[in-house]
Amino acid sequence: MPPSDTHDNDRPQGVGGEDLIVFDQVVKRFGDLTVLDHLDFSVSPGERVTLIGPSGSGKTTILRLVMTLEKVTEGMIWIGGKPFSHMPRGSGFTPASESYLRSRRKSIGMVFQQFNLFPNMSVRKNIIEAPVNVLGTPKEEANAHAEELLDLVGLGDKIDAHPTQLSGGQQQRVAIARALAMRPEILLLDEVTSALDPELVAGVLDVLREVAETTDITMLCVTHEMSFARDVSHRVLMFDKGRIAEEGHPDQMFNDPRHERTQAFLKSVLENGN
Amino acid sequence: MWDFQFTYEAMPDLLSGILTTIQLTLIGYSIALVLGLLVAVVRRTPIIGGIVHFVMEFIRTTPLIIQVVFVFLMTPADISAFTVGVVVLGVHYAAYTAEVYRSGIEGVAKGQWEAARALSLSTGRTWGAIVLPQAIRKVIPALGNYLISMFKDTPLLFAIGVTELLTQAQRVGSESFRVVEAYTLVGFLFLAVSVPSAIIIRRLEKRYAAV
Repeated sequence: MPPSDTHDNDRPQGVGGEDLIVFDQVVKRFGDLTVLDHLDFSVSPGERVTLIGPSGSGKTTILRLVMTLEKVTEGMIWIGGKPFSHMPRGSGFTPASESYLRSRRKSIGMVFQQFNLFPNMSVRKNIIEAPVNVLGTPKEEANAHAEELLDLVGLGDKIDAHPTQLSGGQQQRVAIARALAMRPEILLLDEVTSALDPELVAGVLDVLREVAETTDITMLCVTHEMSFARDVSHRVLMFDKGRIAEEGHPDQMFNDPRHERTQAFLKSVLENGN
Repeated sequence: MWDFQFTYEAMPDLLSGILTTIQLTLIGYSIALVLGLLVAVVRRTPIIGGIVHFVMEFIRTTPLIIQVVFVFLMTPADISAFTVGVVVLGVHYAAYTAEVYRSGIEGVAKGQWEAARALSLSTGRTWGAIVLPQAIRKVIPALGNYLISMFKDTPLLFAIGVTELLTQAQRVGSESFRVVEAYTLVGFLFLAVSVPSAIIIRRLEKRYAAV
């Protein structure tokens, strides 16, 4: 765990002080629409960063870029001190090839808003599919790990169920277990409770709190659950129009936001009952 | 009057004809199922996909009987009419099954591809374990309909002399001048196969429609 006495813009320093994720002047455009506009930011190992901001401000795009579901338009992303969106060629860089990305993204996991469990597989198969076929984990070991993870998310008795037999909250907890089964260094959480009925949200957030407490996985989290953001994150980034409008420690950000965009955003979120 | 004696005597020939018809259908359908799937997947690649798409469009917009006769005339004489017939039938129907598979593949949610990518699954694994099982399940009823359709198209191979049911009927009918009996029996034999197949396909449809 990074030190907890960090405030304002002092980022907690991880092992060796080296940043795990670095966005260097990243631009992302979809056609004429600029979603990220020369964005610079970095995340330390073990750090939990929450991204907030109005919809369309580019938060989810950041996660999708790190997961390689999207490609940068300009700029570069570095992960673990090595180029990620690009690969070295000659004295410069060239956009990363599929095989380069495949080798690099194994250490990154993502949980989606819509769960995206594989409906044609049991819960067990969903969880062991990637460890067995990507990491080459022996089946017995993968099974044992799956059982452990399902216990962690409180669904030990659902291992042979099919996703369609589970509630949304249960499906999302399986999706968390599935992402953790790859033993990721980085976990990306993309509005993981937005598609859930209100009474199911707490169960999912409790699981994530537990993950945050018991592991040192670096977490990047897009959420509208402000109390969750306050509990788990070391730093909150407020996005507006593809740039960071304000960043800081959650206490400062939520109690004493300085930027008027942050103030307006937090006000609207709180009024919507979140 | 209906000639029962003729019916009795013609039966062995007609049954051997329908056996050939069933063989043609099963082999041709297998080709259509496998080739159509291949086409549906390859069509998603940039350049080769475009070429394959063009060829399949061409096949779908020209009559089967012309394809059959054309290919038969263009192939060396030592390749049997049965082989030519079954391959042309299979390739022709692959153009249709490919469309069916394509709709199934497009029906798989984008999130499934993204989840597979987020788990770093290989392209082969993504197709084989995630996308195709979901896509195929959805299109089983539509694929089944093409089985019956193909079965009903096999008499076209009469044109190149495959001794399927219609050819046999024509032969025994003209030898004995009992044409009415011969063709009526053809109709009944087709019914005898089609109806049970349709019932089986409808059951499959019910079973898979629920998911």
